Amino acid sequence: MKCTDALIIENVKLNEDVLRMKLKTDIAPLVRCGQFVQVQVPGFFLRRPISVCCTEGDTLTLVYKVVGQGTDAMAQMKPQQTVSLIGPLGTGFPLLDRDVTLIGGGVGVPPLVETAKQYRSRGFHVTCVLGFNRSADMILVNEMKELGSEVETATMDGSYGVRGTVIDAIREKGIAVDMVLACGPLPMLKAVCECASDGYVSLESRMACGFGACMGCVVKTPEGESRRVCTEGPVFRIGEVVL
Amino acid sequence: MIDLSVNLPGLHLKNPIIPASGCAGYGRELAEFYDLSRLGGIAIKSATPAERFGNPTPRIAETPMGMLNAIGLQNHGVDYIIENELPFLAQYDTEVIANVAGAAEEDYVEVIRKMNNSPVVKAYELNISCPNVKHGGIGLGTDAQLAAHVTRMAKEASTKPVYVKLTPNVTDIVSIAKAVEEAGADGLVLINTLLGMRIDLRTGRPVLANGTGGLSGPAIKPVAVRMVYQCARAVHIPVIGVGGISTPEDVIEFLLAGADAVEVGAANFADPMVCVKIIDRLPETMKKYGYASLQEIKEKRAI
Repeated sequence: MKCTDALIIENVKLNEDVLRMKLKTDIAPLVRCGQFVQVQVPGFFLRRPISVCCTEGDTLTLVYKVVGQGTDAMAQMKPQQTVSLIGPLGTGFPLLDRDVTLIGGGVGVPPLVETAKQYRSRGFHVTCVLGFNRSADMILVNEMKELGSEVETATMDGSYGVRGTVIDAIREKGIAVDMVLACGPLPMLKAVCECASDGYVSLESRMACGFGACMGCVVKTPEGESRRVCTEGPVFRIGEVVL
Repeated sequence: MIDLSVNLPGLHLKNPIIPASGCAGYGRELAEFYDLSRLGGIAIKSATPAERFGNPTPRIAETPMGMLNAIGLQNHGVDYIIENELPFLAQYDTEVIANVAGAAEEDYVEVIRKMNNSPVVKAYELNISCPNVKHGGIGLGTDAQLAAHVTRMAKEASTKPVYVKLTPNVTDIVSIAKAVEEAGADGLVLINTLLGMRIDLRTGRPVLANGTGGLSGPAIKPVAVRMVYQCARAVHIPVIGVGGISTPEDVIEFLLAGADAVEVGAANFADPMVCVKIIDRLPETMKKYGYASLQEIKEKRAI
Protein backbone atom coordinates (compact mmCIF):
# COMPACT_ATOMS: atom_id res chain seq x y z
CA MET A 1 0.00 0.00 0.00
CA LYS A 2 1.07 3.54 -0.57
CA CYS A 3 -0.12 7.12 -0.47
CA THR A 4 -0.10 8.64 -3.92
CA ASP A 5 -1.63 11.38 -6.08
CA ALA A 6 -3.92 10.17 -8.86
CA LEU A 7 -5.23 12.09 -11.89
CA ILE A 8 -8.99 12.11 -12.47
CA ILE A 9 -9.74 11.30 -16.09
CA GLU A 10 -13.52 10.84 -15.75
CA ASN A 11 -16.19 11.48 -13.11
CA VAL A 12 -19.63 10.84 -14.60
CA LYS A 13 -23.11 9.94 -13.35
CA LEU A 14 -24.31 6.39 -13.95
CA ASN A 15 -27.71 7.22 -12.50
CA GLU A 16 -29.34 9.66 -10.09
CA ASP A 17 -26.86 9.23 -7.24
CA VAL A 18 -24.17 6.81 -8.44
CA LEU A 19 -21.03 8.00 -10.24
CA ARG A 20 -18.07 6.42 -11.96
CA MET A 21 -14.64 7.97 -11.38
CA LYS A 22 -11.70 6.85 -13.49
CA LEU A 23 -8.24 7.66 -12.23
CA LYS A 24 -4.71 7.34 -13.60
CA THR A 25 -2.56 6.00 -10.81
CA ASP A 26 0.48 3.83 -10.25
CA ILE A 27 -1.42 1.83 -7.64
CA ALA A 28 -3.92 0.51 -10.21
CA PRO A 29 -1.74 -2.46 -11.23
CA LEU A 30 -1.33 -3.45 -7.57
CA VAL A 31 -5.05 -3.79 -6.81
CA ARG A 32 -6.60 -7.22 -6.39
CA CYS A 33 -10.34 -7.80 -6.66
CA GLY A 34 -12.31 -6.74 -3.59
CA GLN A 35 -9.70 -4.31 -2.28
CA PHE A 36 -10.41 -0.63 -1.67
CA VAL A 37 -8.75 2.77 -1.67
CA GLN A 38 -9.02 5.74 0.71
CA VAL A 39 -9.93 8.85 -1.26
CA GLN A 40 -9.10 12.30 0.06
CA VAL A 41 -11.89 14.76 -0.69
CA PRO A 42 -10.92 18.45 -0.39
CA GLY A 43 -12.51 20.09 2.65
CA PHE A 44 -13.00 16.90 4.64
CA PHE A 45 -10.79 15.65 7.44
CA LEU A 46 -11.11 11.90 6.94
CA ARG A 47 -10.83 10.01 3.66
CA ARG A 48 -13.65 8.09 1.98
CA PRO A 49 -13.12 4.31 1.73
CA ILE A 50 -14.28 3.28 -1.75
CA SER A 51 -14.04 -0.23 -3.18
CA VAL A 52 -12.26 -0.60 -6.50
CA CYS A 53 -14.67 -1.53 -9.30
CA CYS A 54 -12.01 -2.59 -11.81
CA THR A 55 -8.57 -1.76 -13.11
CA GLU A 56 -6.93 -1.77 -16.52
CA GLY A 57 -3.24 -0.92 -16.79
CA ASP A 58 -2.73 2.23 -14.78
CA THR A 59 -6.44 3.14 -14.83
CA LEU A 60 -8.47 2.54 -11.70
CA THR A 61 -12.26 2.76 -11.73
CA LEU A 62 -14.37 3.61 -8.70
CA VAL A 63 -18.15 3.43 -8.75
CA TYR A 64 -19.59 5.20 -5.73
CA LYS A 65 -22.88 6.45 -4.38
CA VAL A 66 -23.49 9.95 -3.06
CA VAL A 67 -24.58 9.26 0.52
CA GLY A 68 -23.44 12.42 2.33
CA GLN A 69 -21.51 15.66 2.07
CA GLY A 70 -18.17 13.95 1.46
CA THR A 71 -19.25 11.82 -1.47
CA ASP A 72 -21.26 14.81 -2.76
CA ALA A 73 -18.04 16.85 -2.84
CA MET A 74 -16.33 13.90 -4.53
CA ALA A 75 -19.06 13.99 -7.20
CA GLN A 76 -18.17 17.64 -7.90
CA MET A 77 -14.54 16.82 -8.70
CA LYS A 78 -13.51 17.33 -12.31
CA PRO A 79 -11.23 15.57 -14.80
CA GLN A 80 -7.60 16.77 -14.70
CA GLN A 81 -7.86 17.38 -10.93
CA THR A 82 -5.54 15.32 -8.78
CA VAL A 83 -6.78 13.36 -5.81
CA SER A 84 -4.76 11.72 -3.06
CA LEU A 85 -5.30 7.96 -2.69
CA ILE A 86 -4.10 5.41 -0.16
CA GLY A 87 -4.16 1.90 -1.49
CA PRO A 88 -4.58 -0.80 -2.32
CA LEU A 89 -6.10 -1.58 1.06
CA GLY A 90 -7.60 -4.63 2.70
CA THR A 91 -7.96 -8.29 1.88
CA GLY A 92 -10.12 -8.87 -1.19
CA PHE A 93 -11.94 -11.86 -2.66
CA PRO A 94 -9.93 -15.07 -3.04
CA LEU A 95 -9.16 -16.39 -6.51
CA LEU A 96 -10.40 -19.96 -6.20
CA ASP A 97 -9.93 -22.55 -8.93
CA ARG A 98 -13.64 -23.11 -9.49
CA ASP A 99 -16.91 -21.64 -10.79
CA VAL A 100 -18.50 -19.07 -8.51
CA THR A 101 -21.74 -17.18 -7.95
CA LEU A 102 -21.32 -13.46 -7.38
CA ILE A 103 -24.08 -11.74 -5.42
CA GLY A 104 -24.27 -7.96 -5.35
CA GLY A 105 -26.74 -5.49 -3.91
CA GLY A 106 -26.86 -1.83 -4.97
CA VAL A 107 -23.47 -0.15 -4.59
CA GLY A 108 -22.14 -3.50 -3.40
CA VAL A 109 -21.97 -4.51 -7.07
CA PRO A 110 -18.83 -2.52 -8.11
CA PRO A 111 -16.10 -4.70 -6.50
CA LEU A 112 -17.66 -7.75 -8.13
CA VAL A 113 -16.79 -6.43 -11.60
CA GLU A 114 -13.03 -6.96 -11.19
CA THR A 115 -13.81 -10.22 -9.40
CA ALA A 116 -15.87 -11.45 -12.36
CA LYS A 117 -13.09 -10.38 -14.73
CA GLN A 118 -10.49 -12.37 -12.80
CA TYR A 119 -12.62 -15.52 -12.68
CA ARG A 120 -13.62 -15.26 -16.36
CA SER A 121 -10.04 -14.67 -17.50
CA ARG A 122 -9.03 -17.90 -15.79
CA GLY A 123 -11.79 -19.76 -17.62
CA PHE A 124 -14.30 -20.26 -14.84
CA HIS A 125 -18.05 -19.90 -15.10
CA VAL A 126 -19.43 -16.85 -13.30
CA THR A 127 -23.08 -16.41 -12.36
CA CYS A 128 -24.05 -12.95 -11.14
CA VAL A 129 -27.13 -12.21 -9.10
CA LEU A 130 -27.55 -8.46 -8.85
CA GLY A 131 -30.22 -6.81 -6.71
CA PHE A 132 -31.47 -3.22 -6.78
CA ASN A 133 -34.39 -1.30 -5.33
CA ARG A 134 -35.75 -0.36 -8.76
CA SER A 135 -34.66 -0.52 -12.38
CA ALA A 136 -33.51 3.12 -12.26
CA ASP A 137 -30.88 2.09 -9.67
CA MET A 138 -29.36 -0.64 -11.82
CA ILE A 139 -25.62 -0.32 -12.42
CA LEU A 140 -22.90 -2.38 -14.09
CA VAL A 141 -25.29 -5.07 -15.39
CA ASN A 142 -24.02 -4.70 -18.97
CA GLU A 143 -20.41 -4.67 -17.81
CA MET A 144 -21.00 -8.01 -16.09
CA LYS A 145 -22.61 -9.45 -19.23
CA GLU A 146 -19.75 -8.21 -21.42
CA LEU A 147 -17.32 -10.12 -19.19
CA GLY A 148 -19.17 -13.28 -20.16
CA SER A 149 -20.97 -13.75 -16.86
CA GLU A 150 -24.47 -15.16 -16.69
CA VAL A 151 -26.49 -12.37 -15.06
CA GLU A 152 -29.77 -12.58 -13.14
CA THR A 153 -31.33 -9.40 -11.83
CA ALA A 154 -33.79 -8.69 -9.05
CA THR A 155 -35.55 -5.43 -8.21
CA MET A 156 -37.55 -4.85 -5.05
CA ASP A 157 -40.35 -3.12 -6.98
CA GLY A 158 -40.32 -5.69 -9.77
CA SER A 159 -39.54 -3.05 -12.40
CA TYR A 160 -36.86 -5.32 -13.89
CA GLY A 161 -36.02 -9.00 -13.52
CA VAL A 162 -37.27 -11.01 -10.58
CA ARG A 163 -39.44 -9.10 -8.12
CA GLY A 164 -37.83 -9.16 -4.69
CA THR A 165 -34.37 -9.71 -3.28
CA VAL A 166 -31.30 -11.49 -4.63
CA ILE A 167 -32.37 -14.44 -2.47
CA ASP A 168 -35.72 -14.54 -4.29
CA ALA A 169 -33.85 -14.54 -7.61
CA ILE A 170 -31.54 -17.35 -6.45
CA ARG A 171 -34.54 -19.50 -5.43
CA GLU A 172 -36.62 -18.72 -8.50
CA LYS A 173 -33.78 -19.38 -10.94
CA GLY A 174 -32.28 -22.29 -9.03
CA ILE A 175 -28.82 -20.71 -8.90
CA ALA A 176 -25.95 -22.62 -7.30
CA VAL A 177 -24.92 -21.27 -3.90
CA ASP A 178 -22.17 -23.75 -3.04
CA MET A 179 -19.56 -20.98 -3.48
CA VAL A 180 -20.73 -17.38 -3.35
CA LEU A 181 -18.81 -14.12 -3.31
CA ALA A 182 -21.08 -11.34 -2.07
CA CYS A 183 -21.07 -7.61 -1.45
CA GLY A 184 -24.01 -5.44 -0.48
CA PRO A 185 -26.05 -4.11 2.44
CA LEU A 186 -25.84 -5.98 5.74
CA PRO A 187 -29.37 -7.49 5.64
CA MET A 188 -28.55 -8.94 2.20
CA LEU A 189 -25.25 -10.37 3.43
CA LYS A 190 -26.99 -11.97 6.44
CA ALA A 191 -29.52 -13.59 4.11
CA VAL A 192 -26.73 -14.77 1.81
CA CYS A 193 -24.89 -16.34 4.74
CA GLU A 194 -28.03 -18.27 5.66
CA CYS A 195 -28.70 -19.67 2.20
CA ALA A 196 -25.16 -20.32 0.91
CA SER A 197 -23.23 -23.44 1.84
CA ASP A 198 -19.87 -21.68 1.50
CA GLY A 199 -18.48 -18.39 0.35
CA TYR A 200 -17.14 -14.96 1.18
CA VAL A 201 -18.79 -11.64 2.03
CA SER A 202 -17.41 -8.11 1.78
CA LEU A 203 -18.33 -5.82 4.67
CA GLU A 204 -18.71 -2.09 5.01
CA SER A 205 -17.74 -0.09 8.07
CA ARG A 206 -17.12 3.41 9.29
CA MET A 207 -13.36 3.79 9.52
CA ALA A 208 -10.87 6.54 10.20
CA CYS A 209 -7.55 5.38 8.72
CA GLY A 210 -8.36 2.40 6.52
CA PHE A 211 -4.89 0.90 7.01
CA GLY A 212 -5.22 -0.84 10.37
CA ALA A 213 -4.09 1.75 12.88
CA CYS A 214 -7.23 3.25 14.40
CA MET A 215 -9.21 0.12 15.39
CA GLY A 216 -12.42 1.92 14.43
CA CYS A 217 -13.81 -0.73 12.09
CA VAL A 218 -13.52 -3.96 14.05
CA VAL A 219 -15.90 -6.92 13.89
CA LYS A 220 -15.99 -9.98 16.13
CA THR A 221 -15.30 -13.61 15.38
CA PRO A 222 -17.69 -16.17 16.90
CA GLU A 223 -14.95 -16.72 19.53
CA GLY A 224 -14.98 -13.03 20.43
CA GLU A 225 -11.69 -12.06 18.82
CA SER A 226 -11.50 -8.87 16.81
CA ARG A 227 -10.87 -8.48 13.09
CA ARG A 228 -10.35 -5.19 11.29
CA VAL A 229 -12.66 -4.67 8.31
CA CYS A 230 -9.94 -2.52 6.69
CA THR A 231 -7.11 -5.03 7.02
CA GLU A 232 -8.19 -8.63 7.66
CA GLY A 233 -11.32 -7.69 5.66
CA PRO A 234 -13.31 -6.24 4.02
CA VAL A 235 -13.79 -9.77 2.65
CA PHE A 236 -14.37 -12.51 5.22
CA ARG A 237 -15.26 -16.16 4.78
CA ILE A 238 -18.85 -16.92 5.77
CA GLY A 239 -18.83 -17.76 9.49
CA GLU A 240 -15.44 -16.14 10.15
CA VAL A 241 -17.01 -13.06 11.72
CA VAL A 242 -20.36 -12.29 13.28
CA LEU A 243 -22.48 -10.07 11.02
CA MET B 1 21.26 21.93 9.09
CA ILE B 2 19.01 22.91 11.98
CA ASP B 3 19.41 20.63 14.99
CA LEU B 4 15.91 19.38 15.81
CA SER B 5 16.90 17.16 18.73
CA VAL B 6 15.15 17.51 22.08
CA ASN B 7 16.21 15.95 25.36
CA LEU B 8 13.46 15.22 27.86
CA PRO B 9 13.42 12.91 30.90
CA GLY B 10 14.16 9.44 29.52
CA LEU B 11 13.65 10.59 25.94
CA HIS B 12 16.41 11.59 23.54
CA LEU B 13 14.32 12.71 20.62
CA LYS B 14 16.12 13.31 17.31
CA ASN B 15 13.24 15.63 16.46
CA PRO B 16 10.18 16.78 18.45
CA ILE B 17 7.66 14.75 16.43
CA ILE B 18 5.90 11.77 18.08
CA PRO B 19 2.80 9.97 16.74
CA ALA B 20 0.21 10.08 19.53
CA SER B 21 -1.05 7.02 21.34
CA GLY B 22 -3.96 5.32 19.61
CA CYS B 23 -3.10 6.88 16.26
CA ALA B 24 -0.19 4.65 15.31
CA GLY B 25 -1.00 1.28 16.84
CA TYR B 26 2.33 -0.32 17.76
CA GLY B 27 4.04 1.08 14.68
CA ARG B 28 3.44 -1.77 12.26
CA GLU B 29 0.95 0.06 10.05
CA LEU B 30 2.95 3.29 9.71
CA ALA B 31 6.07 1.20 9.07
CA GLU B 32 4.41 0.16 5.78
CA PHE B 33 4.69 3.79 4.68
CA TYR B 34 8.05 4.94 6.08
CA ASP B 35 11.03 4.07 8.29
CA LEU B 36 9.94 4.61 11.90
CA SER B 37 13.53 5.61 12.73
CA ARG B 38 12.66 8.96 11.15
CA LEU B 39 10.45 9.74 14.16
CA GLY B 40 11.56 11.45 17.34
CA GLY B 41 9.51 8.92 19.23
CA ILE B 42 6.32 6.92 19.12
CA ALA B 43 3.60 6.77 21.77
CA ILE B 44 2.15 3.28 21.45
CA LYS B 45 -1.48 2.34 21.91
CA SER B 46 -2.71 2.06 25.50
CA ALA B 47 -1.84 -1.05 27.44
CA THR B 48 -4.16 -2.40 30.12
CA PRO B 49 -3.51 -5.39 32.41
CA ALA B 50 -5.92 -7.68 30.54
CA GLU B 51 -7.15 -7.81 26.94
CA ARG B 52 -9.97 -5.41 26.11
CA PHE B 53 -12.22 -5.69 23.06
CA GLY B 54 -13.34 -2.09 23.40
CA ASN B 55 -16.64 -0.49 22.50
CA PRO B 56 -19.27 -1.65 20.00
CA THR B 57 -19.25 -0.10 16.50
CA PRO B 58 -19.73 2.47 15.04
CA ARG B 59 -16.67 3.81 16.86
CA ILE B 60 -15.84 6.61 14.43
CA ALA B 61 -17.70 9.71 13.28
CA GLU B 62 -16.34 12.52 11.16
CA THR B 63 -16.82 16.11 12.31
CA PRO B 64 -15.92 19.49 10.81
CA MET B 65 -12.10 19.47 10.74
CA GLY B 66 -11.89 16.50 13.01
CA MET B 67 -13.39 13.25 14.19
CA LEU B 68 -14.97 11.54 17.16
CA ASN B 69 -13.73 8.19 18.34
CA ALA B 70 -14.96 5.76 20.93
CA ILE B 71 -12.57 2.84 20.50
CA GLY B 72 -12.61 2.00 24.20
CA LEU B 73 -8.94 1.13 24.80
CA GLN B 74 -9.01 -1.99 22.67
CA ASN B 75 -5.74 -3.85 23.22
CA HIS B 76 -4.40 -7.36 23.72
CA GLY B 77 -3.20 -6.71 27.26
CA VAL B 78 0.25 -5.85 28.58
CA ASP B 79 1.72 -9.37 28.40
CA TYR B 80 0.85 -9.78 24.74
CA ILE B 81 2.20 -6.31 23.94
CA ILE B 82 5.51 -7.04 25.67
CA GLU B 83 5.86 -10.36 23.90
CA ASN B 84 4.58 -9.50 20.41
CA GLU B 85 4.67 -5.75 19.81
CA LEU B 86 7.71 -4.35 21.62
CA PRO B 87 10.22 -6.66 19.83
CA PHE B 88 9.00 -5.24 16.50
CA LEU B 89 9.66 -1.70 17.71
CA ALA B 90 13.12 -2.65 18.99
CA GLN B 91 14.50 -2.66 15.42
CA TYR B 92 13.89 1.08 15.05
CA ASP B 93 16.01 3.94 16.34
CA THR B 94 13.14 5.88 17.90
CA GLU B 95 12.05 6.48 21.49
CA VAL B 96 9.10 4.36 22.56
CA ILE B 97 6.66 5.85 25.04
CA ALA B 98 4.27 3.29 26.54
CA ASN B 99 0.80 4.63 27.15
CA VAL B 100 -0.66 3.01 30.25
CA ALA B 101 -4.38 2.85 31.00
CA GLY B 102 -6.64 1.19 33.48
CA ALA B 103 -9.89 1.23 35.34
CA ALA B 104 -8.23 1.57 38.74
CA GLU B 105 -4.88 2.68 40.19
CA GLU B 106 -3.73 -0.93 40.59
CA ASP B 107 -4.05 -1.42 36.84
CA TYR B 108 -1.47 1.29 36.15
CA VAL B 109 0.91 -0.23 38.69
CA GLU B 110 0.53 -3.71 37.19
CA VAL B 111 1.22 -2.57 33.62
CA ILE B 112 4.21 -0.45 34.70
CA ARG B 113 5.79 -3.22 36.79
CA LYS B 114 5.61 -5.57 33.80
CA MET B 115 6.97 -3.05 31.29
CA ASN B 116 9.81 -1.93 33.58
CA ASN B 117 11.81 -4.92 32.36
CA SER B 118 11.53 -3.93 28.70
CA PRO B 119 14.52 -1.94 27.41
CA VAL B 120 12.39 -0.85 24.45
CA VAL B 121 10.14 1.34 26.59
CA LYS B 122 11.89 4.61 27.47
CA ALA B 123 9.10 6.34 29.37
CA TYR B 124 5.49 5.94 30.41
CA GLU B 125 2.54 8.12 29.58
CA LEU B 126 -0.33 7.69 32.02
CA ASN B 127 -3.66 7.84 30.26
CA ILE B 128 -5.85 9.19 33.04
CA SER B 129 -7.98 11.00 30.53
CA CYS B 130 -9.52 8.63 28.03
CA PRO B 131 -13.19 9.60 28.15
CA ASN B 132 -14.49 6.30 26.85
CA VAL B 133 -14.14 3.90 29.71
CA LYS B 134 -17.07 3.94 32.07
CA HIS B 135 -16.01 3.95 35.71
CA GLY B 136 -12.47 4.34 34.46
CA GLY B 137 -9.96 6.96 33.41
CA ILE B 138 -12.30 9.89 33.42
CA GLY B 139 -12.64 9.92 37.20
CA LEU B 140 -8.90 9.89 37.80
CA GLY B 141 -8.06 12.68 35.41
CA THR B 142 -10.78 15.10 36.40
CA ASP B 143 -9.94 15.28 40.09
CA ALA B 144 -6.64 16.83 41.19
CA GLN B 145 -6.26 14.59 44.26
CA LEU B 146 -7.05 11.39 42.33
CA ALA B 147 -4.72 12.41 39.51
CA ALA B 148 -1.93 13.06 42.02
CA HIS B 149 -2.65 9.77 43.76
CA VAL B 150 -2.34 7.66 40.60
CA THR B 151 0.77 9.62 39.58
CA ARG B 152 2.39 8.88 42.94
CA MET B 153 1.55 5.17 42.70
CA ALA B 154 2.89 5.02 39.14
CA LYS B 155 6.10 6.79 40.13
CA GLU B 156 6.65 4.39 43.01
CA ALA B 157 6.21 1.40 40.70
CA SER B 158 8.21 2.78 37.80
CA THR B 159 11.90 2.55 36.95
CA LYS B 160 11.42 4.96 34.04
CA PRO B 161 10.22 8.55 33.75
CA VAL B 162 6.46 9.00 34.03
CA TYR B 163 4.57 11.53 31.92
CA VAL B 164 0.93 12.18 32.69
CA LYS B 165 -1.51 12.78 29.83
CA LEU B 166 -4.20 15.19 30.97
CA THR B 167 -7.82 15.39 29.94
CA PRO B 168 -9.16 18.73 28.75
CA ASN B 169 -12.62 17.85 30.06
CA VAL B 170 -12.10 19.74 33.33
CA THR B 171 -12.89 23.20 34.68
CA ASP B 172 -9.33 24.06 35.67
CA ILE B 173 -6.59 22.08 33.95
CA VAL B 174 -3.83 24.10 35.67
CA SER B 175 -4.79 22.78 39.09
CA ILE B 176 -4.56 19.19 37.78
CA ALA B 177 -1.20 19.94 36.12
CA LYS B 178 0.19 21.36 39.35
CA ALA B 179 -1.12 18.46 41.44
CA VAL B 180 0.45 15.94 39.08
CA GLU B 181 3.78 17.80 39.12
CA GLU B 182 3.68 17.91 42.91
CA ALA B 183 3.08 14.14 42.92
CA GLY B 184 6.33 13.57 41.04
CA ALA B 185 5.41 13.47 37.35
CA ASP B 186 8.43 13.85 35.08
CA GLY B 187 6.41 15.60 32.40
CA LEU B 188 2.95 16.41 31.10
CA VAL B 189 1.28 15.42 27.86
CA LEU B 190 -1.71 17.52 26.89
CA ILE B 191 -4.38 17.37 25.70
CA ASN B 192 -6.35 14.18 25.27
CA THR B 193 -9.61 14.31 23.30
CA LEU B 194 -12.56 16.54 24.10
CA LEU B 195 -15.79 14.74 24.91
CA GLY B 196 -18.28 15.14 22.07
CA MET B 197 -21.32 13.70 20.34
CA ARG B 198 -22.92 13.53 16.91
CA ILE B 199 -26.54 12.61 16.26
CA ASP B 200 -27.83 10.88 13.12
CA LEU B 201 -30.58 13.00 11.57
CA ARG B 202 -32.47 9.99 10.23
CA THR B 203 -32.48 7.80 13.33
CA GLY B 204 -32.36 10.59 15.92
CA ARG B 205 -29.77 8.55 17.79
CA PRO B 206 -26.07 9.19 18.45
CA VAL B 207 -23.83 8.16 15.54
CA LEU B 208 -21.41 6.40 17.91
CA ALA B 209 -22.62 3.19 19.51
CA ASN B 210 -21.04 4.44 22.74
CA GLY B 211 -23.10 7.63 22.53
CA THR B 212 -20.22 9.97 23.21
CA GLY B 213 -16.67 9.96 21.92
CA GLY B 214 -13.42 11.89 22.00
CA LEU B 215 -13.05 14.79 19.58
CA SER B 216 -9.66 15.13 17.89
CA GLY B 217 -8.20 16.73 14.80
CA PRO B 218 -7.55 20.34 13.78
CA ALA B 219 -10.88 21.39 15.35
CA ILE B 220 -9.39 21.07 18.87
CA LYS B 221 -6.04 22.75 18.19
CA PRO B 222 -6.88 26.17 19.69
CA VAL B 223 -8.10 24.50 22.89
CA ALA B 224 -4.89 22.48 23.10
CA VAL B 225 -2.68 25.51 22.44
CA ARG B 226 -4.49 27.42 25.19
CA MET B 227 -4.09 24.59 27.71
CA VAL B 228 -0.41 24.02 26.86
CA TYR B 229 0.12 27.78 27.27
CA GLN B 230 -1.60 27.83 30.69
CA CYS B 231 0.04 24.67 32.04
CA ALA B 232 3.56 25.32 30.75
CA ARG B 233 3.58 28.55 32.72
CA ALA B 234 2.34 26.90 35.87
CA VAL B 235 4.74 23.95 36.10
CA HIS B 236 8.48 23.37 35.94
CA ILE B 237 8.38 20.00 34.18
CA PRO B 238 8.44 19.46 30.39
CA VAL B 239 5.23 19.60 28.41
CA ILE B 240 4.50 17.52 25.31
CA GLY B 241 1.76 19.26 23.33
CA VAL B 242 -0.88 17.35 21.40
CA GLY B 243 -4.19 18.24 19.79
CA GLY B 244 -4.93 18.89 16.14
CA ILE B 245 -1.35 19.11 14.88
CA SER B 246 -0.97 18.40 11.16
CA THR B 247 1.60 20.90 9.84
CA PRO B 248 5.05 22.23 10.79
CA GLU B 249 3.37 25.59 11.46
CA ASP B 250 1.23 23.85 14.10
CA VAL B 251 4.37 22.47 15.72
CA ILE B 252 5.95 25.91 15.98
CA GLU B 253 2.70 27.26 17.46
CA PHE B 254 2.75 24.59 20.19
CA LEU B 255 6.44 25.22 20.91
CA LEU B 256 5.68 28.94 21.23
CA ALA B 257 2.83 28.07 23.61
CA GLY B 258 5.29 26.27 25.86
CA ALA B 259 5.57 22.71 24.58
CA ASP B 260 8.99 21.00 24.44
CA ALA B 261 7.89 18.39 21.90
CA VAL B 262 4.61 17.43 20.23
CA GLU B 263 2.50 14.41 19.47
CA VAL B 264 0.61 14.11 16.20
CA GLY B 265 -2.69 12.27 16.50
CA ALA B 266 -5.67 12.04 14.19
CA ALA B 267 -3.75 13.60 11.29
CA ASN B 268 -2.04 10.21 10.85
CA PHE B 269 -5.39 8.73 9.84
CA ALA B 270 -5.95 11.31 7.11
CA ASP B 271 -2.35 11.14 5.91
CA PRO B 272 -0.12 8.29 7.11
CA MET B 273 2.91 10.26 5.87
CA VAL B 274 2.07 13.35 7.93
CA CYS B 275 4.79 12.91 10.58
CA VAL B 276 7.64 12.62 8.07
CA LYS B 277 6.19 15.48 6.03
CA ILE B 278 6.24 17.64 9.18
CA ILE B 279 9.80 16.55 10.04
CA ASP B 280 10.98 17.26 6.48
CA ARG B 281 9.36 20.69 6.34
CA LEU B 282 10.01 21.85 9.91
CA PRO B 283 13.50 23.37 9.25
CA GLU B 284 12.38 25.45 6.24
CA THR B 285 9.23 26.54 8.10
CA MET B 286 11.33 27.60 11.10
CA LYS B 287 13.58 29.60 8.77
CA LYS B 288 10.54 31.23 7.16
CA TYR B 289 9.50 32.60 10.55
CA GLY B 290 13.04 33.58 11.51
CA TYR B 291 13.96 30.78 13.90
CA ALA B 292 17.44 29.26 13.56
CA SER B 293 16.90 26.70 16.33
CA LEU B 294 14.28 25.17 18.60
CA GLN B 295 15.90 27.18 21.38
CA GLU B 296 15.12 30.42 19.55
CA ILE B 297 11.46 29.42 19.41
CA LYS B 298 11.46 28.80 23.16
CA GLU B 299 13.06 32.18 23.78
CA LYS B 300 10.35 33.87 21.71
CA ARG B 301 7.58 32.36 23.85
CA ALA B 302 4.75 34.72 24.63
CA ILE B 303 4.74 35.90 28.21
